[in-house]
Amino acid sequence: MSVRPVAADQPESFAFTEPNLTWAKQQIEKYPQGRQASAVIPLLWRAQQQNGGWLPQAAIEYIAELLDMAPIRVMEVATFYTMFNLAPVGKYFIQLCGTTPCLLRGSDALVEVLKKRIGEQNQVSEDGLFSWLEVECLGACANAPMVQINNDYFEDLDAGKLQSLLDDLEAGRDVTPGPQNGRSCSCPEGGPTSLTDSSLYTGSDDREAPAVAAMNAESLANGEGHEVPRVAREDKAETVLATFDNEKEKAVEETGSDAPTDEFAPAASDNAKPIGLPEPREGGADDLKKISGVGPKLEETLNSLGIYHFDQIAGWNRDNVAWVDNFLSFKGRIDRENWIEQAGNLAKAVEIKTLTDDSRGDD
Amino acid sequence: MLSDKDRIFTNLYGLRDSGLAGARARGAWDGTKKLLEMGEDRIIDEVKASGLRGRGGAGFPTGLKWSFMPKESDGRPHYLVINADESEPGTCKDREIMRNDPQLLIEGALLAGFAMRANTAYIYIRGEFIRERERLQAAIDEAYEAKLIGKDNVHGYPFDLYVQQGAGAYICGEETALLESLEGRKGMPRLKPPFPANMGLYGAPTTVNNVESIAVVPEILRRGSGWFAGLGKPNNAGTKLFSISGHVNNPCNVEEEMGIPLRELLEKHAGGVRGGWENLLAVIPGGSSVPCVPANQCQELAMDFDRLLEVKSGLGTAAVIVMDKTTDIIRAIARLSYFYKHESCGQCTPCREGTGWMWRVLERMVRGEAEKSEIDMLFDVSKQIEGHTICALGDAAAWPVQGLIRHFRPVIEQRIDEFTANPNPQGAVRAAE
Repeated sequence: MSVRPVAADQPESFAFTEPNLTWAKQQIEKYPQGRQASAVIPLLWRAQQQNGGWLPQAAIEYIAELLDMAPIRVMEVATFYTMFNLAPVGKYFIQLCGTTPCLLRGSDALVEVLKKRIGEQNQVSEDGLFSWLEVECLGACANAPMVQINNDYFEDLDAGKLQSLLDDLEAGRDVTPGPQNGRSCSCPEGGPTSLTDSSLYTGSDDREAPAVAAMNAESLANGEGHEVPRVAREDKAETVLATFDNEKEKAVEETGSDAPTDEFAPAASDNAKPIGLPEPREGGADDLKKISGVGPKLEETLNSLGIYHFDQIAGWNRDNVAWVDNFLSFKGRIDRENWIEQAGNLAKAVEIKTLTDDSRGDD
Repeated sequence: MLSDKDRIFTNLYGLRDSGLAGARARGAWDGTKKLLEMGEDRIIDEVKASGLRGRGGAGFPTGLKWSFMPKESDGRPHYLVINADESEPGTCKDREIMRNDPQLLIEGALLAGFAMRANTAYIYIRGEFIRERERLQAAIDEAYEAKLIGKDNVHGYPFDLYVQQGAGAYICGEETALLESLEGRKGMPRLKPPFPANMGLYGAPTTVNNVESIAVVPEILRRGSGWFAGLGKPNNAGTKLFSISGHVNNPCNVEEEMGIPLRELLEKHAGGVRGGWENLLAVIPGGSSVPCVPANQCQELAMDFDRLLEVKSGLGTAAVIVMDKTTDIIRAIARLSYFYKHESCGQCTPCREGTGWMWRVLERMVRGEAEKSEIDMLFDVSKQIEGHTICALGDAAAWPVQGLIRHFRPVIEQRIDEFTANPNPQGAVRAAE
C-alpha cells in the first residue's frame, strides 16, 4: 500500500473546460444508465491532465458532483490509484521504473542521473521543468531500463542517454519516444529472429510511416496551457501519429506529388532552395545540434537537404528560410529560435578553431 | 523452433502497418462471419478442444471458463471484460498486441463475446499505457467505421467494444478487483463465490480474459482446434508470447511453441545469457510472482505449465527474467517484495502487514544485518501469508521469497556471516591521536 497525503497548497476551485466537459459526457455514455461512477478514473485522469499533471482536491469534489457520487468515494479512488498525483509535478514528470527487470538492466544508474540533475524524488526542480518518482513495473521489461515522461515511454536507456534526453528537453529540442537504441518495439536488437518468412506478407501491409515520430518537446510537456488543454490535442485523434499522417496527406494533396515520404512536401519553388552540398566538406560536418532548437532528428533532415555546415545556414536569405521551413514539422522555428544568428556565431568559432589548428600544424 | 507460418502475431514488432488494411492483408477478419455461423456452442467446443489455457498467469482453460456463462439470459446482460492491466514485472507482451496487432484482439473480442452471448465488452488497459490506449482506440474506431463491430455491423451480431483505463494499480489485474475498478471503486478483490460468471460486472454474468487469450481465438477457429492442439504438448498446447528480460544479450518478446527448452529460447531469440550460458545464476520463468529456478535446474528446462510446476515454479505469464552471476539475488528478490508491499490493496491483514514485514526483513538481509534464525522465520511468515488472503496477491508475494530461501539460503547465510564479522565496514573507530 502506498499512503500519499494531499498537497497543503490547494487551488480554490476547479471546472472542466468546455471541450473536456463534452468529452466527459461522452465517457459517461459508455456505461449503462446509473453506472456513471464507472467513469470516475477517466474523468479524474483528464482533470489531472487539464491541471498540469496533478489533481487538486477541488477537482475531486467537482467530479464527485458531476458523477453524482459522494465526495469521499472519489477521494478514495484518487488516493488509491497511484497515477493520481496529489501534489504538483514538474512540466516534465519523469517516472522511473525501478522494479527488478529494470534493476537488473541498470536502473540504479538512471536514479543517479535524476538525483544529480533534479534532486530527490517528488521535488519539482527550481526552474519548474522536472520532477521525478520511482514507480513500480511499467510493463516494458524487454526494453529495460526505461522511464515514462508524461505520456511517453523512453526505453533502452543508459545514464548517458537519459542525460542527453534531459538536456534536449531543457533546451526545447525534439525528442523521440520509444527505444533509444534504434530498434522497433521489442524486436531483438540486430533484427528479428522470427517473422522473417517473406511469404507471410503480401507486401501490401508495408508500413508507410515510422511508428514513432519525433516529438516537439512542447507537445510532450505537462500542463501546457489551461484554456486549450493538452488533452484536447489528445482528443483530436487521440494520437500524435494520426495527426502527423493527416498533415502528410494534406501536403501531398496540395502539391500533387508524393515524393518526400516522411517529411512535408515543399510548397515553394526550387529557386528558393539554398545551395546544398552532396556531402560534408573535408574535415566532416559541423555538429548542427549545437544550434539551440536543432535535435538529432532535425539535423538528419538538414543533412538530407545538403546542409552540413554552420556557414551554410548563416548564409540563408528569406527565400531560403521559407523553403527550409517547409521541411520542418513546426513552422517558423528558424526565426523563432534565431538559427541564422546562432549559426553565424558558431561558424565564426569554427573558423577561429580551424585557423589555430592550422597554425599549430605549421609549427 | 516454431515455423513462421504457425505464428499468430505476425506484426509483433510493429515493422508493418498495424492499421485495419494491414491487419486484413495479414489475414485478420478473414471469414469472421463464417466463424460466427458455427454457433455459440461449437465455438466454445473448438476453443476447449484447442487446449488453450488462459494467458494471464493462472492457466485456466479458456473454453471451460466460457462455458460457465449462462446459456440463456435471465434478463441481465452478459459482459466480456478483457484484462489488459498488464503489470506483472517481466511481462510486456499484451502491450505489443495492443499497439501492433490490435485487430486480432478486436476480432477475438467479437468472437468470444458472441460465444458467451455478450453484446458489450470492455477492455481494461493499465493507465500507464497511454499511447497503447490511443492506438487501441484508433483501431477500434477503424473497426467501427468498417462496420466490423458496432450495433449494426456486417456480421449481424450487435457488439460494442469500449476501452476503459486504469490508473496504476497492479491489483486491478486480479479479475474481481478489475471489476470493482471498472465500476468506479478502489480495486479491492471480491470474495468468491459468487463467481463473475454468475455475478460480475454490474451484478451481471461476466467473463474476464487476458488480452493474449482473446487475441489468439480467431486464428484457432480459422485454422481449427487441431492445429493449435498439435503444437506443444498435451495440456500445454499452442503458441505463447514469451517476454525475455534481464541479463540476456538481446531482450525481446517472441512468439514460440509451448514447451520450448529455456536454453533454446534464450539462445535463438535473445542472443543468449550475458557472458554465456555458464554465467547463468537463475531465472524467474513466469513473471515476478513465480519462484526462481536456479541454473542447475535450467539445463533441460522446458517452458510449459506442467514442466515448470515440477521444479516448483510456474509458467505464469511466460515472462522470463534472466539473472546472471553478477546479480545480487537477495536484492533482486527484495525489490520484488517492495513491489508487492507497494501494490497490496490493504484489504486482508496477512497481505497488508506481511508484504511490508517481508520486505523490511529482506532489506536487512541484503546488507547481512540479520540473524540466521530469521531465515526460517521469514519462510514461516511467507507460508502464513500464502493461502490466507482473498486474492492471489498474497501468494504471489510469498512465492518469490520462498524460492529465494529454497535455492539461495547459503548466499543469505554468507551475507549474514560477512556482516557479523565486520558490522562496520569503515572499520573500528580509532581515538584521535
